[in-house]
Amino acid sequence: MLDVSSLTKRFGGLVAVNGASLTVNEGEIVSLIGPNGAGKTTLFATIAGFLKPNEGSVVLDGQDITGHKPHEICRRGMVRTFQVVKPFAGLSVRENIAVGAHTRIAGREEALEFAGKIAAHVGLTPLLDQSAGDLTVAGRKRIELARALATQPKLLLLDEVMAGLNATEILEIVEIIQQIRDSGVTILLIEHVMQAVMKLSDRAYVLNYGEIIAEGSPVEIAHDPKVVEAYLGHGASERMKSAGGADA
Amino acid sequence: MSMLTTMSTGNMQRIGWAVLIGALLAAPFAIHSGRWMEFIELTLFAALLGQGWNILGGYGGQYSFGHALFFGTAAYLQALLQYKLGWSPWLTLWIAIGGSVAVAAFVGFLSFRYGLRGSYFALVTLAFAEAFHVLSRSLVSVTEGGRGVQLPLNQDPEQALATFQFTFAGPFLSEAGYYYTILIFLLIGFAVTGWLNHSRFGAQLQAVREDEDAASALGIDPFRVKMSAICLSAGVTSLAGIYYVQKFLFVDPGIAYGPGKSVEALFAAIIGGVGTVLGPLLGSAFIHIVGEFAKETIGAMLGDRPGVDLILFGIILVLMLAYMPRGLVGLVELLWRKLITKRGGGNA
Amino acid sequence: MDFLGISLPSYSLETVFGSAISGVFLGAIYALVALGLTLIYGVLHIINFAHGTLLMLAMYAVFFLWSVFGVDPYLAMLIVVPGGYLFGYALQRSVIGRTSHGRDEIILLTTLGVSIVLENFALFAFSANERNVQVPYDFDGIDLGVVYIVWPQIAALVGSLLITAALWCFMRFTDTGKAIRAVAKERQGARLMGINVEHIFAVSFGIGTACVAAAASLLAPTYAVFPQVGYLFVLIAFTVVVLGGMGSFVGALVGGLVIGVTEQIGRLYLGESLGLITISAIFILILLFRPTGLFGQRL
Ligand SMILES: Nc1ncnc2c1ncn2[C@@H]1O[C@H](COP(=O)(O)OP(=O)(O)OP(=O)(O)O)[C@@H](O)[C@H]1O
Ligand SMILES: [Mg+2]
Repeated sequence: MLDVSSLTKRFGGLVAVNGASLTVNEGEIVSLIGPNGAGKTTLFATIAGFLKPNEGSVVLDGQDITGHKPHEICRRGMVRTFQVVKPFAGLSVRENIAVGAHTRIAGREEALEFAGKIAAHVGLTPLLDQSAGDLTVAGRKRIELARALATQPKLLLLDEVMAGLNATEILEIVEIIQQIRDSGVTILLIEHVMQAVMKLSDRAYVLNYGEIIAEGSPVEIAHDPKVVEAYLGHGASERMKSAGGADA
Repeated sequence: MSMLTTMSTGNMQRIGWAVLIGALLAAPFAIHSGRWMEFIELTLFAALLGQGWNILGGYGGQYSFGHALFFGTAAYLQALLQYKLGWSPWLTLWIAIGGSVAVAAFVGFLSFRYGLRGSYFALVTLAFAEAFHVLSRSLVSVTEGGRGVQLPLNQDPEQALATFQFTFAGPFLSEAGYYYTILIFLLIGFAVTGWLNHSRFGAQLQAVREDEDAASALGIDPFRVKMSAICLSAGVTSLAGIYYVQKFLFVDPGIAYGPGKSVEALFAAIIGGVGTVLGPLLGSAFIHIVGEFAKETIGAMLGDRPGVDLILFGIILVLMLAYMPRGLVGLVELLWRKLITKRGGGNA
Repeated sequence: MDFLGISLPSYSLETVFGSAISGVFLGAIYALVALGLTLIYGVLHIINFAHGTLLMLAMYAVFFLWSVFGVDPYLAMLIVVPGGYLFGYALQRSVIGRTSHGRDEIILLTTLGVSIVLENFALFAFSANERNVQVPYDFDGIDLGVVYIVWPQIAALVGSLLITAALWCFMRFTDTGKAIRAVAKERQGARLMGINVEHIFAVSFGIGTACVAAAASLLAPTYAVFPQVGYLFVLIAFTVVVLGGMGSFVGALVGGLVIGVTEQIGRLYLGESLGLITISAIFILILLFRPTGLFGQRL
């Protein structure tokens, strides 16, 4: 469904994404993990058309969309959320979601009604008439998710929708994401909450210093020495092995 | 009391609108003082300017400091095509609207294509207005320069409608013709903003105002939306220019493109409440009442000197920005909600 | 030559050169007015629409000091510059700083509101009449061959250069100057270092206003004062600042000179009134195509 090949994005001298390639198949949940500053958000932004790649290509459903505008990409069925949430603060929650719904629905009444349905899926029903600016972090994350979902995407790019949530809220979101996948939406997600990554994903990619350093099932990834080193520093996997507690 | 609590806000709003529009339509029959009718007419005129600004500034979040551009272009086209070519005002009207929209498309294309936002957009519109100001003053062979364009006054009642001039239009129209002109124009402005509140385009425009990146992630093309908004805004503002020329039969560079009209539009919309249908009318009414009051009291005390009203407006503007960013509409909503909860509580 | 159906006259090189020279002198004044504006922008990130109105008020102060007390306009600097500083400091602290939360166009609107109040106050108090300061050395000067330059023009040029240099030194070498630069560069960092940022904002606004007051003194002998004079200057000052790069002193100086020369040559070719279009045109083009200006760096 999504084919990203050798994507490179530079900011001046800094190579934020360096020849990254990844594939997402229909119906999968794929995770993208990596330490802070690895270039995950930049990779998302480049895939979704917010940044122009210096090299490489993005193919969605067999069509080259490299360098297309974000709104075109959204209309083709791929939509991203923002790690730094961007609610339309002056609008109500329902109106926020309806903005997404309008991508496929012209009528105002229909869009508002559809927004209500989406809100029910992500647990925002009680907050529908509140101003989006007044919501807590958890509420704002849900708006991000709901708005994206309201565009009726084929492929959803989620950037750390669980950051800043407590354990109960994380469990709820994990369940919601599973339901979204079951309804036929393919998902690529960036996540630091490893327990969620393990539970949700069919496959995972690991990004470090802009490069994909590992790919595989969550369990394979968790045992890959390169990954452990990326997270814990050079020599960490050796140290862990010699300490004998590698699985901790 | 029971009515207040049982009726839905939607119905209440509908009734409010019916009463307001009914009152405005009936005003000439109830008010026989020429001075007061003139006062109301000017209030509606400023409300129309404010409403034009509000479409782009209030709903779209693109604060223009040069809305005179659209007022002035329509005014000049409306005046010059009649004056130089002898065309019917009913024909020139469409060209005036079209010309204004074309200027808006030009300015909008450049500004939005090159990503001007916030203060930069405000300044670039101001600079365009100033450039047109200079041009209208300098290109004497086209615009008559600083002398301005004076249209001949039609004194033949038979020709009143054909010339779109009501001064000699018989007993009723000579009193109320211009009033109904500006009222109809303002109602068009209301209709447009009302539509923004209840349409896909309006929702997308407000989304762009709140966050362009988020909007484009959700399939909205911010450039296209802002272009449409500036053209719509210019179209509504151009109606004010057409009214002005038909009413005063005169336009010059300062009236058309000077900062006065841009500021009047800002005042009405911001004091009344940006991004609301009723804000500009409320703001304009408030300003005109304060201005009138100032003239009566301070003017009487210190002699009728220019400037008093604008000093007050400026102070009100600054106070509004500091303490009441949602304007008078925000204030009214706040009071209304308090009233409702009190009554609701008393009932229970 | 032809411009919009108006045929352009052709001039000898001397005439053009003469225009350019008088443009340099004019530009020096523009630079001085723009200096305060660019300082305020560089530190507070505020586009101060009231800047021209503050110039207008200072020009009235100079005028009344001269007409009522017989103070020479250049000497008046000793009074209007400190006065301007205090006024600017108070204005920032009591009015503009209060709305400075939120979006930048709201602050721009606030300063527009302030300018409307001040301009109409002047209209109310002093009427729309133009007033002139007359000094005995008004028309004395030196003949440069291609153009005749009067002493007030020379004083304005020299004064502008001196004040720019003084301000530059102030920012480099004094503690307050260093604090201002720290705030301009890294607001939060400066706050953590214990700098009172609100105070520095007001100080910068005060210095910006003091600059404009100095400009008023230098302008008074050659320019009439009337309530709307600020509007004319504020557009020019914006153009200078945008051209030079928001927040750059050198940019303001160079930008001022460029605008002065362009305006004079524009007037020569396009006539007194159409010549002014060069300013709006430059402004629009720079905003669109090079919003960082010629010297797009910070203080
Ligand atoms: N617009 C930009 N200009 C310059 N550098 C940028 C820009 N955006 C990101 N970077 C840099 O690119 C690198 C990758 O940043 P990115 O936000 O993509 O990381 P990330 O993997 O999403 O990190 P996190 O887990 O903290 O969200 C960082 O060094 C960052 O500073
Ligand atoms: Mg990130």
